[in-house]
Amino acid sequence: MDPINAIVALLNFVIIPATAYGAQLALGALGVTLIYGILRFSNFAHGDTMAFGAMCTILVTWLFQGWGLSLGVLPTALLALPFGIAGTALLLIGTDRAVYRFYRKQKAAPVILVIVSMGVMFIMNGLVRFIIGVDDQNFLDGERFIISARTFREMTGLQEGLAFKTSQGLTIVTAVMVVAALFWFLNRTRTGKSMRAFSDNEDLALLSGINPEKVVTYTWIIVAGLATIAGVLYGLDKSFKPFTYFQLLLPIFASAIVGGLGSPLGAIAGGFVIAFSEITVTYAFKKVLGYLAPGGWEPDSLVQLLSTDYKFAVSFGILIIVLLFKPTGLFKGKSV
Amino acid sequence: MTHQIRAIGMFVAVFGLIAITGQTSSWNVALGIINMGLISAIMALGVNMQWGYAGLFNIGVMGFVALGGLGAVIVSMPPVNEAWAAGGLRVLLALVVGAGTIIGAIMLWKRMDHGKARGLAIVVLLVAGFFLFRYIFDPAVDAIEAVNPAGTGYLGGLGLPILFAWPVGGVLAAGAAWIVGKTALGLRSDYLAIATLGIAEIIIAVLKNEDWLSRGVKNVVGVPRSPVPFEIDLQNMAGFVTTMRDWGFDPVIASSIVVKLCYATLFTAVLLLLIWASQMALNSPWGRMMRAIRDNEVAAEAMGKDVTGRHLQIFILGSAICGLAGAMMVTLDGQLTPGSYQPLRFTFLVWVMVIVGGSGNNWGAVLGGFLIWFLWVQVEPIGLWLMDTITAGMADGSALKAHLLESAAHMRLLTMGLILLLVLRFSPRGLIPER
Amino acid sequence: MSKNAWQDNRGNKDRTITNPQGQGKEFPIEGRGKAVRVEGESPFLIGEAMTGGYGTGADILHDCTVAVEKGEIAVIVGPNGAGKSTAMKAVFGMLNLKSGSVRLDGEDITALSPQDRVAKGMAFVPQTSNVFVSLTVEENLEMGAFLRQDDIRPTMAQVYDLFPILKDKRRQAAGELSGGQRQQVAVGRALMTQPKVLMLDEPTAGVSPIVMDELFDRIIEVARAGITILMVEQNARQALDIADKGYVLVQGANAYTDTGKALLADPEVRRTFLGG
Repeated sequence: MDPINAIVALLNFVIIPATAYGAQLALGALGVTLIYGILRFSNFAHGDTMAFGAMCTILVTWLFQGWGLSLGVLPTALLALPFGIAGTALLLIGTDRAVYRFYRKQKAAPVILVIVSMGVMFIMNGLVRFIIGVDDQNFLDGERFIISARTFREMTGLQEGLAFKTSQGLTIVTAVMVVAALFWFLNRTRTGKSMRAFSDNEDLALLSGINPEKVVTYTWIIVAGLATIAGVLYGLDKSFKPFTYFQLLLPIFASAIVGGLGSPLGAIAGGFVIAFSEITVTYAFKKVLGYLAPGGWEPDSLVQLLSTDYKFAVSFGILIIVLLFKPTGLFKGKSV
Repeated sequence: MTHQIRAIGMFVAVFGLIAITGQTSSWNVALGIINMGLISAIMALGVNMQWGYAGLFNIGVMGFVALGGLGAVIVSMPPVNEAWAAGGLRVLLALVVGAGTIIGAIMLWKRMDHGKARGLAIVVLLVAGFFLFRYIFDPAVDAIEAVNPAGTGYLGGLGLPILFAWPVGGVLAAGAAWIVGKTALGLRSDYLAIATLGIAEIIIAVLKNEDWLSRGVKNVVGVPRSPVPFEIDLQNMAGFVTTMRDWGFDPVIASSIVVKLCYATLFTAVLLLLIWASQMALNSPWGRMMRAIRDNEVAAEAMGKDVTGRHLQIFILGSAICGLAGAMMVTLDGQLTPGSYQPLRFTFLVWVMVIVGGSGNNWGAVLGGFLIWFLWVQVEPIGLWLMDTITAGMADGSALKAHLLESAAHMRLLTMGLILLLVLRFSPRGLIPER
Repeated sequence: MSKNAWQDNRGNKDRTITNPQGQGKEFPIEGRGKAVRVEGESPFLIGEAMTGGYGTGADILHDCTVAVEKGEIAVIVGPNGAGKSTAMKAVFGMLNLKSGSVRLDGEDITALSPQDRVAKGMAFVPQTSNVFVSLTVEENLEMGAFLRQDDIRPTMAQVYDLFPILKDKRRQAAGELSGGQRQQVAVGRALMTQPKVLMLDEPTAGVSPIVMDELFDRIIEVARAGITILMVEQNARQALDIADKGYVLVQGANAYTDTGKALLADPEVRRTFLGG
């Protein structure tokens, strides 16, 4: 029995990675849920928006690295992030003016907007591939670890190492700040409240003198910020590959729906639910159980419920279970 | 009447484009486009049934197509007797246990009273069932995959003729659709989109990872194509070679064209059959009811129509057609390559076909299938040519030139998106609108 | 099949991808024009000789005129489908007029969008969906004052004085309130703009008789404070009783126009519209 090592192993392999991944999903899901609430459709291009934002940031990061600019221990990408957000915001607002606005004026059925977003998804996907290619891009610099496994072992004398990557720390800190700022904005500022009002009742918002076009523009800017931050954090934590971002669509939708579409709080909760279940179900608990089991009872097998290849199956399974029992999601959203 | 002339004109234009390709590059390429165009048209028919007739949003087309492909493998590949001996029955037993657990849980849910006891019983059953399943399943899989992993390493199929596999592919897809539809189609609202998106990813994950079933990323190659001859056999037939020489054709090219023509004939027959059947269905009382439900569900429901039941029916039918197309595609390719199933190509591209062709119109879907497939194939060379032209003035070896030339391949996705948006904006009912 | 292909959702009801809840249904006029000063005598608010309908559909209003003098109450009554609400919406710029004009306080505002009309001092309370259900009562009132840049607290205090119950419930989501309380929130929201004209579309629809009397009392109180009121009412008798001016519309056209008292006394109106 060695509970301390077991806890460290669990922290190292499950809790820290899942928290970071959960934060990334939550930021992604927040973007989806905002568009669902205000523009009233699920944006299929969201994964590709994240990829575009990350790409913009990467390009600026490379430029800064070329100039020799850096943030010391922190990744240069943080410095490039505002430029990435600005680039993405321009793209999204441009897309809105060129594509979505027409349908809004027509009061198009939301499902038509979903199809429109498919077209936008193709274009953004092609654009990202066109500009940066399909390969993996690594843009993480600065100090890689806040605590490396070796330092931790030397510090504590434990057998099990605990690695806390800079990217994970950054993800968690940034996510907390972004979410706090978003909630403050939505609940405390006039513009934020007008967005909620518009989401609640468009016609009445109009009668109150709220300008729909302004609300929509603010929404796209916020979504650009959320998507770019989520994309960059995911890219720093893992790596940047356009196709991976496209595939994030399922866990992100799952997070938003599990939490309750249209509910920002739900999006965050959903992100963590999905991330924790994905990682817990696909993690091989052999090591952890090995520390916990009394001598001689250590498991022989990997004690892995599902192979990591089935992580999508986990998000999907959780989603179905939630929808079957609580069709509006964990936090009462607008869906189903 | 003008409606029909317009539709015929569209078809003539698309086939004209394909003919131009035949003339300018090669008939082999053109026939290749026609064959995949036929399969695409069938997929589009399936999606059109769901979206066009019933407004069901299926974004898991890829999964149903892949299941159809698996059907082709299971039916037509020769069985690997050694692997069956090593663990075939055990795997089957494990699957039965797994299915039994889930059915048991559903039964408990329905039979027991609401309360903690029910939840607990279901959880206990599911956990126990899962471990029992893994206990039976894992050793069997290891044993099967150990049998000649480089050559087989899977159970193989039933060794039946491939034509028989096509309906089986459809049935497999229909089965998956039944499960999805049962859970996702509700009374007041549904969540079909996310359910199909998820199930498609899961099906692909299964195909990629369950080597005992589909050889995973090692691919199944050499899927039989029985009524259609192999090129090499034709080339070895003295009679074929001399005839082709007499007609003035190169026997090697001719063999490949003859094979493609055989496929084209087969596929056209299937497509025509499907169009005939769906047109009949559309104009039958059943079809009228479907449209009534689509256009005014509340009224249809008030008239006592079982809306959810009809939706389930049409969802299963449409998915089965996608499965059929998937099996046909594996037959055409002669292989199952689970790694090649991408949502953009197999789900969203089919959607582009349906929207561009004309939602709710079978002929529109067919036209969209051909047109979009043609563009999907041809945009790449056109893009390359365009980039060549643009970069002609640039210095050789410049990074931008190299990048642009290299990126030409990605023009395809851009173009598809653009076409979808343009059609949706300027001809929202598609090229051949529903009347 | 609907005429507009983009509005055809083919009966899709997948709530994981679409969110029709709260989507706008109105087609307000674009309103690129400006308000124009007009000379001559004219009522404070008048929609004059209005003809038009929704989108490209058939005309609903035919040469219809409604007007109200400053600080007075005007009531539009009439049978179902007479175009009462439509007339109201036309005055507010919620539908395209083929002909006719709307004038407010000596200005022609026919070319203004609803938002610009709000800025000019008009406020409108729709018949249904007239509160932001997910926002608190206080946030509802704040949204009413969206266009104002000055301190809104005094106005909010006035609204709370008028509807004391709202003060107690100000932190509650408006969706949790009773029907009558919601109507109070709706009127309160409209008053937050400090309007010159308050337009009410059937404010008493679906509330109990006691609440109805209470609401009418409040409306009179609002009118006494100098706010001009134009409203549509189903409860014609009670409404005409408090009205300075009454309009009876039939099939989108003016049938009878007179003071409220006179209309109530008119045997023809009594027989046809007030049930004897």
